[in-house]
Parts: sequence; C-alpha cells; structure tokens
Amino acid sequence: MRNTKLVSLEEAIRRSGLKDGMTISFHHHFRGGDKVVNMVVDKLAEMGFKNLHLAASSLSDVHAPLIEHIKNGVITKISTSGLRGTLADAISRGLMEEPVVFRSHGGRGSAIANGEIKIDVAFLGASASDELGNACGVPRSENAKSICGSLGYALPDARYASHVVVLTDDLVPYPNLPSGIRAADVESVVVVDSVGDSSKISAGAIRDSKNPRDILLAKSAAKVVINSGLFQDGFSIQTGTGGASLAVVKYIREEMINRGIKASFALGGITAHMVKLHEEGLIGTLIDVQSFDKVAAENIAKDPSHVEVSAVEYASGQHLGSATHALDIVILSALEVDTDFNVNVLVGSDGIIRGAIGGHQDTAADSALSIIVCPLLRGRIPCVVPHVTTLITPGKSVDVVVTEYGVAVNPGRPEVRDRLVAAGVHVVDIQDLAKKAESIIGTPDPLPFGDKVVGVVMNRDGSVLDKIYNIK
Amino acid sequence: MMFVPGNNPGMMADAHIYGPDSIMLDLEDSVTMAEKDAARLLVYNALKTIDYGTTEMVVRINPLNTPYGKKDVEAVVKAGVDVIRMPKTETADEVRELEAEILKVETEIGRVGETQIMAAIESALGIVNAYAIATASKRMMGIALGAEDYSANLKTNRTPGGAELLLAREQIVVAARAAGIACFDTVYSNLDDMETFRKEVELIKTLGFDGKSIINPRQIEVVNSVFVPTEKEINKARAVIAGIKEARAKGSGVISVNGKMVDRPVVLRAERTIALAVAAGVISEEEAL
Repeated sequence: MRNTKLVSLEEAIRRSGLKDGMTISFHHHFRGGDKVVNMVVDKLAEMGFKNLHLAASSLSDVHAPLIEHIKNGVITKISTSGLRGTLADAISRGLMEEPVVFRSHGGRGSAIANGEIKIDVAFLGASASDELGNACGVPRSENAKSICGSLGYALPDARYASHVVVLTDDLVPYPNLPSGIRAADVESVVVVDSVGDSSKISAGAIRDSKNPRDILLAKSAAKVVINSGLFQDGFSIQTGTGGASLAVVKYIREEMINRGIKASFALGGITAHMVKLHEEGLIGTLIDVQSFDKVAAENIAKDPSHVEVSAVEYASGQHLGSATHALDIVILSALEVDTDFNVNVLVGSDGIIRGAIGGHQDTAADSALSIIVCPLLRGRIPCVVPHVTTLITPGKSVDVVVTEYGVAVNPGRPEVRDRLVAAGVHVVDIQDLAKKAESIIGTPDPLPFGDKVVGVVMNRDGSVLDKIYNIK
Repeated sequence: MMFVPGNNPGMMADAHIYGPDSIMLDLEDSVTMAEKDAARLLVYNALKTIDYGTTEMVVRINPLNTPYGKKDVEAVVKAGVDVIRMPKTETADEVRELEAEILKVETEIGRVGETQIMAAIESALGIVNAYAIATASKRMMGIALGAEDYSANLKTNRTPGGAELLLAREQIVVAARAAGIACFDTVYSNLDDMETFRKEVELIKTLGFDGKSIINPRQIEVVNSVFVPTEKEINKARAVIAGIKEARAKGSGVISVNGKMVDRPVVLRAERTIALAVAAGVISEEEAL
C-alpha cells in the first residue's frame, strides 16, 4: 500500500496550504500535559508564518510559550473556551491587539459547524493513529504513551476543518478502528516523540475530598438534587470535577441505593466516580466528551456503554440533538455568582482571566435544573457579589446556588424553592448571602480596569454577552 | 465542642457553619508564645464581629499564672464570650481566682454575672479535686477532661481503648452530676480513624458525658449520630422554649420553667437539642415549632 499521508510536521504544514492570516485549531484533551500546540506553533514560527488565528478548544498554563509567538506576530488572534496561567495573565494586561474570543464548548461546536469559525488547518493530537488517520484518545498498543480517553472536543475540528493533520506518538497498524477521528477527514499523519506529558494529562486515582467545607457543600448540593423533584428513576446528571462536585456524587449514590433509583445517563466530563456508579449498575450510559481521569480514559476504551461524543453532540445550542437537551440535573462551580444569579467562571476577582467557560453556559441553559456549588467566601474573596466581574452564564439559566451559608433559589423557580423548603433545606435569599459576605469581608475596592478590550465573551447562540477589559 | 485555634482567622470566620453545639477558640496550646497577643486580638474581634448565631462561644485562656492569662480574661469578657475555659485546673482556689478576675472586668463594663466558667481537668491532682472544682463557683457550667496532659501526668500513654482514662472520665462525670453541671470528654486526634472515634464517643456517652470535644468539622456527624436526643431530652427542651415564648409574650425578661430560673446557655442548649433532633430526623421541622 502506497501511503502518502505519513509525513513530517513541516511537510504536513506545507501540504495543508496554510497561509498567513488563516485559522489553525487544536483541542485540549491533553490538558496541562499538552505538547501539540507549542510544537506546532514553534514550527509555524520557524517557517515564517504570521498573523494566524489560533482557535483552540481551550488553553492552559502549559501554553505560556505562545506569549513569544504573540509578540512576534505569529499569532494575532485567539479563540478559546479558557485561559490560565502566565498566558492568561499577559493577555489580561493587554498583550494582544485583538481581543480573545471566548466560547463555551457547545458554542464552539456550533460556531465550527455553522462556519462562524472557519478552520483552515486543524492540528489534532491523538493517543493512537494508523497511517491513514483513524485516530483516537485511547490506548491501542503496548506503546501507548499519552492516553486521554474521549477526543470529543477535537471531533468538530476533524469533521469541519478544510485540512486535518493528526499528530500521534503511537502509530499503530491499520485499521485503528473504531476511532472518533476518521481517515476520510484526515489529510496528513505526523508521528512525533510525544504529544503529551502523561503525568499532567490526567490525575491518577481520585481521592475523596477531606476538606470539611467541600463536604458541607456537597451534602447540601446532594440534598438539593435529592429533593429537586427530578431525582427519579431514569434521571440524568452531569457534575464537575472540583472537590465538592465529586463528593456530591458520593452522597447521591448512597441515596440512589437507598431508594432503588438508577440514572439513565451521566454526561460531560466523565470521572472515576461516574465510572464506578456505572459499573455498579447505577448509571446506564456514560456520554463522554472529555475523560477527566485515568480510570475514565481507560474505561471508555473497553466499555461499549461508555460513549465518546463530539462537542456538537454534547452541548451545541443550535443542534437539538445535543445531549444537554435531555439532561435533568447539572452541578456546576463558579468563581462568582451575583444577586441576579449571573455566574462568572472566567475572570478572577483580581480582574485576571483564570478559568474557562467549558460547558457552563450550555448545560445551565439546557438542563432541567442547574445547581451552582460555590463557597460564599474563598479566603478573603467574596463569591456571592452584587455584580459579577464578567458575565458568563446568564442568571435566567441558573436555578439554585448552594453555599456553606445556605441555598438560594432563583425566583423564577418557585416550585423548586417550595420543594426544598419542604424538605428542610436551609433556603436563603441570595441578597442576604451577598450581604453576609460583605459583612464579613467588607466591600472590595473596584478593579483597576483599563479601556482596552482584551476578551469578548460569546453566548452560545453567537451573540456577545460581555467584554473583558485590560487590568492595569 | 469544636476546638479552633485562636490564631487562624479563616477557621474562626466560619467554624459555626458546620453546626457544632459550641466553639472553643483557643488562646492556649495551639498558639505559640510569639502569637499570644495577636491571637487575643483576633479572638476579641471574632467574638465582636462574627455572627455565630446560636452557637455557644467558649474561649480557652492561658493559665492565670502566665503573663497572658489576665489579659485573655479582660479581652474575652469585654467581647461578650459565653464561657471561659480554664486550662489545667487543679484546685478550687484557682477557679475562685478566675472568678474574681472575671468579676473585675464585668464590673468595669457593667455586665456582672454573664460569663460562665468551664474547667479543664488535666492532671491527677485535678481529678482528685474534681468535685471541689465543679462546685467552686456559681459560674461553673461544666468540667472537661484534657487527656493528653492527664495521661502524661499519670506517666502512661493514650491507647485506643482508653483504659488509662477510665477513672478520670468516671470521676469527672460523677463530680459534674453531683454538682449539677455539665461534663465534656477530651479530643480524639486521629482524623483518619473514624471507627475508633465512634467507639470512643459511644463509650463516653454510656459513661454519662454530655458531649465530646472535637478538632475537625468532620467529627461532628459522628458525635451527633451517637448523641441523638432522647424523647425526654426533647420534651425538656420544648418546655424551656415554651417558657421563653411565654415570658416574651408577657414582656418579661426573666424566664422560668417549672419554677426554676433559666439562663441563656440553658436556652441555647434547649434550642440545640431541638435542632439536633430535627437534624437527626427524630422530630420534624413542624414539630419543632
């Protein structure tokens, strides 16, 4: 078989027809261990490209080298779900001329599918690929080095990009099937030493949080779930990965066993906790856009009812087939919640970008009940405030806010409030929570924002929700 | 009763959210010499500014024979603490000395008689004098065992079964009951062994203790589950709360139940008994009203 796809990175770039000013894309399934973005952008800089739009599903601290490429004019525009670390810090202070465009995972999927983001060349790292480009995030040989599980965020790129380059550190014999990224969508396959640092791709064994505040928050959140009216046989649920979110699963599990209730599916970032419930027969299907830990990443490789879905299938607001539309309950975190139930998960109380929209907007909007778990105070930082620093998820999609000082229910959901009060949940007014935080901490000084827009927050429907200004 | 170091503002700010019956802010063993003054200031401000709701507030002061003890008394009485816990109590005279100090400060601020005393007994001599200590002051609301110092004083070590503490525990319960006050058991420090902790809580409940000292919010659930109130306790608490309502309706500041005067800690404990009964599902929220 004469294969013309297997080439060097430089040759793949040359073949792609990439030109200055075009859009390149990446996924973030290798999280803090990602080597693909830096490797590819270094090469593009070396080849003399300028003025590129980098459209990633998310960026993190590991991508700090992009700062140099922004200064050198290689990257002049960024679209992402999140930013963290020194790159986020530099951008918050005005590093880029053009604002970063932030979209939710579902919003990004939609924007790619409807052509709002037109990807010219997608560079997609894979844990294994054959020489034709059937590529996946699960181990397919004993040489597998960089395992990430689901490649959900990369699948819209693979399907819609004009040109797709797969990068892998484990070339396996054809056919590498089943695989999320299919050979028909792939133009080039590049074998590299390593696509990711496995120690930073995912946590190993997850330990239960022993933080008493996390436990208190988790118990309250579990009580909300259990008494929400939706906790019935066949319900569905999505949770995050913070200490409190993971602990919620533990308490819900106990009550599912007590009442003989089973969930039809769990959605989103899948964790070892969810895999455990699934293996115990308490959850039917795991719908996995991102495998959060090693256990989840390994399970998806062998379990037919643990299914990889694309970001579009997961959470796109413009495709009614998205799983979020069937979701009953989502448990989310927040950096800040305000008295109108608006949530900020992106910009810290110091005005510096330090988070990601992720699926927050999508799941809050589409689920039957969205629960935000958020401490009232993080050290000396109030988390329930009169106005969020940056609007990410509009209050109309947020139903319940769980804090260590009580549970606030959106006035738009009186029936939920009634059920929780009847169940003995400590329900409080969100205004009182904000006042409580202020009484303990005082009123923080206003942030020293400048007048340069460094970020634009998109709603999942493609409209602009908020702007982020530079911090001085 | 949850121990919280008096030099840790983060823990002091929200210790009550975990629902302990009482919080003991510590100025003694958990605060180093260099931080004694700063901790005293922190504890003073915490008591003055944080809304601890119905949680009973206790402060463990430094012994009066140290350079810090009297300053501690002055600060916490002025801040309106419910109970002062005196460490390493060995004789009734020490209690009377503390009482005099408290009275001095209370007189100065015009609030005489509101501060109660809890004595921690942490030595063989203290155990021998337990009844004398328990009856040394009208302010004495309870006595407590401090097992680390006690077992060191006995020249033995603490064991999981607690055989070395048996006499001290029984002596404290007997002395407290004879004096008509409360008694509290010592802390259990291994947070990773909840099973042994539960056994210890079951043991001390059987021995007659009113409560357990704890060092972490995670221990609260275990203590609560062992100390679920009995029907008799619930009825007594209801009578106290009904007494308050009646007194308030009459516009009277003095509350009496079955002819006996009731002071604030008794009311607090009654409310906590009901809250604990509700939390444990023994009675419903409506029944508590």
